[in-house]
Amino acid sequence: MSPEINLEKAFQDRIDKGEKIEPKDWMPEKYRKTHIRQISQHAHSEVVGMLPEGNWITRAPSLKRKCALLAKVQDEAGHGLYLYSAAETLGISRDEMIEQLHSGKAKYSSIFNYPTLSWADMGAIGWLVDGAAIINQVMLTRTSFGPYARAMVRICKEESFHQRQGYEIMMVLASGTPEQKEMAQDALNRFWWPSMMMFGPRDEESTNSELSMKWKIKRKSNDELRQQFVDNSVPQAEYLGLTIPDPDLKWNEERGHYDFGDIDWNEFWQVVKGDGPCNKERMEARQNAWDNGKWVRDAAMAYAEKQSKSKSIAV
Amino acid sequence: MSDNNNQWPLWEIFIRSKNGLEHRHVGSLHAADAEMAIENARDVYTRRMEGVSLWVVESKDITASNPENMGELFEPAIDKVYRHPTFYDVPDEIKHM
Repeated sequence: MSPEINLEKAFQDRIDKGEKIEPKDWMPEKYRKTHIRQISQHAHSEVVGMLPEGNWITRAPSLKRKCALLAKVQDEAGHGLYLYSAAETLGISRDEMIEQLHSGKAKYSSIFNYPTLSWADMGAIGWLVDGAAIINQVMLTRTSFGPYARAMVRICKEESFHQRQGYEIMMVLASGTPEQKEMAQDALNRFWWPSMMMFGPRDEESTNSELSMKWKIKRKSNDELRQQFVDNSVPQAEYLGLTIPDPDLKWNEERGHYDFGDIDWNEFWQVVKGDGPCNKERMEARQNAWDNGKWVRDAAMAYAEKQSKSKSIAV
Repeated sequence: MSDNNNQWPLWEIFIRSKNGLEHRHVGSLHAADAEMAIENARDVYTRRMEGVSLWVVESKDITASNPENMGELFEPAIDKVYRHPTFYDVPDEIKHM
């Protein structure tokens, strides 16, 4: 056997034994690349995910809701930073990742390319979008790459508040005036299917899945996770007295799960490929934030350099 | 275009969660200088009272052992069971030992 094959076998043995891989350990190049791609796209999703909610901070209906929304958006900035740091341990720079986002080479979760049209969307996003993210992220706390797993543990601890505050918004609206209840139903109607799409393509069409399972990057398939999301969400919607917009949704006694209707995969691919309702707007906002912040980054660096020079002269 | 020369340096962040406990590594972040690293670490890593004290160390100043040398560094301890108290037989009726 060539030394490379030996290394790969030893690496797979470590994974199979449940050992964590740390940044300086030997790893197959593909494992490194897959992680850089996945972690950086996860980070981008957190960062772009601030935009749809940022839209409602100044228009939150009460101080309590405004504080919660601000804290949630601030958490998302933090989550993006934990993840960028985890990706950087694999040898990619922060600037490279940001450039990949801006050029469109790196993707982010398509859910954030949908607009937030009413206050109820803050409820639906917390409940469904964060709910879907939690299912994925709880699985990832056990992923094989140490820094990614540790970032996920931290994120999951904080994420539960996001979902609960969203569900509470929905509860208040659903038990309010008929107009408020209608707002909540409308938000559910618009966010249900995009949330279902968050788990990615069906297993048989998911190109990265097999390797991800072999390397214990993922421990459950897209379809398994999606089923878990449906099973969790149906009783929650029932409690709210709202209707999930899927006529095929029904309990399957034999499987012990809910059956559900087909996802519109054309819409899914269209949004992934850049033609969603807000793709352009989101990227413009990120690009502007980066460009307009340049003088701040440069000034801070210039100040730090000047300080360290004057210190060394004083010595 | 990215301009890596002008990227803020990377800092490793350590937090003491409460007095009496040691500082623990929690992650890293970018900052122009140490003072900014402390302020950013406050915002990024202690939003929910996770700490009472912060250390920031520029990542380039950390020297790490190489995983490839794990054997020579750590294996010598494996066969030295006589360093553990359970290696020694003492009858059960002997108390306070």
